Amino acid sequence: MLQPETAKLAPGLKPHLKEPSENLLLALKATLKRDLVLMLRRRGEVLNPLVFFALVITLFPIGISPDPELLAIIAPGLLWVAALLAALLSLDSLFRSDYDDGSLEQLLLAPQPLSALALAKVAVHWLLTGLPLALMAPILGIMLALPGGSYVVLAVSLALGSAILSLIGAIGAALTVGLARGGVLLSLLVLPLYIPVLIFGAGAVQAAIAGDPVTAHLAILGALLAVALMLAPWAIAASLRISING
Amino acid sequence: MSLSLQARHLACERDERWLFKGLDVDICSGEVVRIEGPNGSGKTTLLKILSGQLTDYHGELIWNGEVMRHVREHFLANLLYLGHSPGVKTGLSALENLAWYQALDGQRDNEAAAWEALESVGLAGFEDVPAGQLSAGQQRRIALARLTLTPRILWVLDEPFTAIDRHGVAALEAQLVAHANKGGCVIVTTHHELSSSPALRRIQLG
Amino acid sequence: MWSFIHKLGSPKWFYRISAKLQPWFWVAAAGLIVVGTVWGLLFAPADYQQGNSFRIIYVHVPAAFLAQSIFVSMAVAGLVFMVWKIKVADMAAAVMAPLGAAMTFVSLFSGAVWGVPTWGTWWMWDARLTSMLILLFLYLGVIALRGAFTSRDSASRAASVLAMVGVINIPIIKYSVDWWYTLHQPATFTITSRPAMPMDMWLPLLIMVLGFYSFFIALTLMRTRNEILRRESNKRWVRELVEGAK
Repeated sequence: MLQPETAKLAPGLKPHLKEPSENLLLALKATLKRDLVLMLRRRGEVLNPLVFFALVITLFPIGISPDPELLAIIAPGLLWVAALLAALLSLDSLFRSDYDDGSLEQLLLAPQPLSALALAKVAVHWLLTGLPLALMAPILGIMLALPGGSYVVLAVSLALGSAILSLIGAIGAALTVGLARGGVLLSLLVLPLYIPVLIFGAGAVQAAIAGDPVTAHLAILGALLAVALMLAPWAIAASLRISING
Repeated sequence: MSLSLQARHLACERDERWLFKGLDVDICSGEVVRIEGPNGSGKTTLLKILSGQLTDYHGELIWNGEVMRHVREHFLANLLYLGHSPGVKTGLSALENLAWYQALDGQRDNEAAAWEALESVGLAGFEDVPAGQLSAGQQRRIALARLTLTPRILWVLDEPFTAIDRHGVAALEAQLVAHANKGGCVIVTTHHELSSSPALRRIQLG
Repeated sequence: MWSFIHKLGSPKWFYRISAKLQPWFWVAAAGLIVVGTVWGLLFAPADYQQGNSFRIIYVHVPAAFLAQSIFVSMAVAGLVFMVWKIKVADMAAAVMAPLGAAMTFVSLFSGAVWGVPTWGTWWMWDARLTSMLILLFLYLGVIALRGAFTSRDSASRAASVLAMVGVINIPIIKYSVDWWYTLHQPATFTITSRPAMPMDMWLPLLIMVLGFYSFFIALTLMRTRNEILRRESNKRWVRELVEGAK
């Protein structure tokens, strides 16, 4: 039945008969590029989470004590909690502008699977939020007297962990994008889901300090990332479809 | 047989209120169908259902004789939908905006086509200006450039005349009729009165 | 099977059948809870370690069981609603959420009260209590998300997706919190995991658990019936029902 009589149609108006999914890679690349360009043109939005991260870390020695020995004990947890909150900060804008200007509708109507296109957007979020936070964390670690030998583990665990945070957070962002004031609600939705990542991420750094092997922690983070990569895109896509009808 | 979109006993319930019930729609090649009705009568909702965005309806949608849910990908590959909001990124230039839509359509690096399309909607000279610096009407024209740029059979347009000047309105109207005459079909909502043409048909809601 | 599911899904049919079922569950709940309470508080032997304070187990454990089961039932109801578009399932999920949050609170509160004689403090970051606290936040998130939408259809779908995402995460959270607890605290004494309980302590607990479940089912049936009347108030069968009652 999919063979309409094309004679009536002018050239150039021939119906698409092939499956459009072969163009998926092209669409993914274009979406990645578009979001990267957009974010890099608004550098403030990229820098804000980083500044926030540094600021929060500054608050702790002032609020608790500048004693390096005390700071060294709490540094892994502080760095992880602060990075987690910084990543959360930029989450609300993940789909917000697309929702406001109508691009989200177009994304939903693209012949490519929505979950894949949404994954591209999440990847950009991680590249410009999670990864910079992970790279910046060791510098703040020095300021918190983080014991040596744990810096690489800190950066690696944050890089892995923040990817999970971006994926889970995107579900929350997709669910709340249609709501006028979704920001606080978004934190309420996703923070409880962040707890396992925090436990294994901060645990990895603590294990490194204690001289214990960290491969188990990182392997679990990797496993969580694999699960999130499998399931989150579907949840994000379903949530976006709900929000667009809101 | 030509391309056709049919709705059978279409009904949509929004929060325990029926927007419309028992609606039968037949749309074929060569038609411009205008959905009419007062505010809140469900015009936009109907367009969203007919463009496959809303799946929460009663009744059946049939695309070329097949149930739409089963041939969704094929349907989407033949559909061009322009919604209330133009879908234009203010941070990107007109060309960059169109480049993304070209990629979603499966076209590889065809900047010449984008230039042509922008010229056809009267945006020559504004190709590289960030869309945020353009007027609302010009942003709408970037979206309308997709009508030329992406050859799709079925156009579903929600208030496409918004913010467009009188000259642009006439050109767009001519474009809709021309598309129908070429064998395409157009479903449109608008407050603007379309001049009568043999291709024009109306569906009354509410 | 199919017609059965759809019949069950019709609010009118559910309203009628639940009227017949409801009294049985109320009777069972009242009977079991009275028997369990009297047995547990008066006749079960005192614990050789904790004396009589262990008797709070007869509230704490059933509440904790129920708190977790309700979240799972809510997610299953959400799945049924999303897949088969059965509105009664969503109504049930909507009324379950506050009940589940209340049960989580009861189990947290009874755990805290229990902590006073056991640990000498109202709060310890015990693995079970921590998991329960996170579960409470998950419940609050689902309730808040449902309340945030103006359109009830979107609210129902969004809450369903979040409940499903939450239910996938609950085992991960529970496992990671247990792991975190054993790492940080010397495993001294968790309040509920205990070596083989004698039969006459254990039987009243089983009766209480069954009583709590009956109570949950009875209350859910009752509240779902109210929800049906509220949401279907413009349907003819509800109007006839109301007019007939006058």
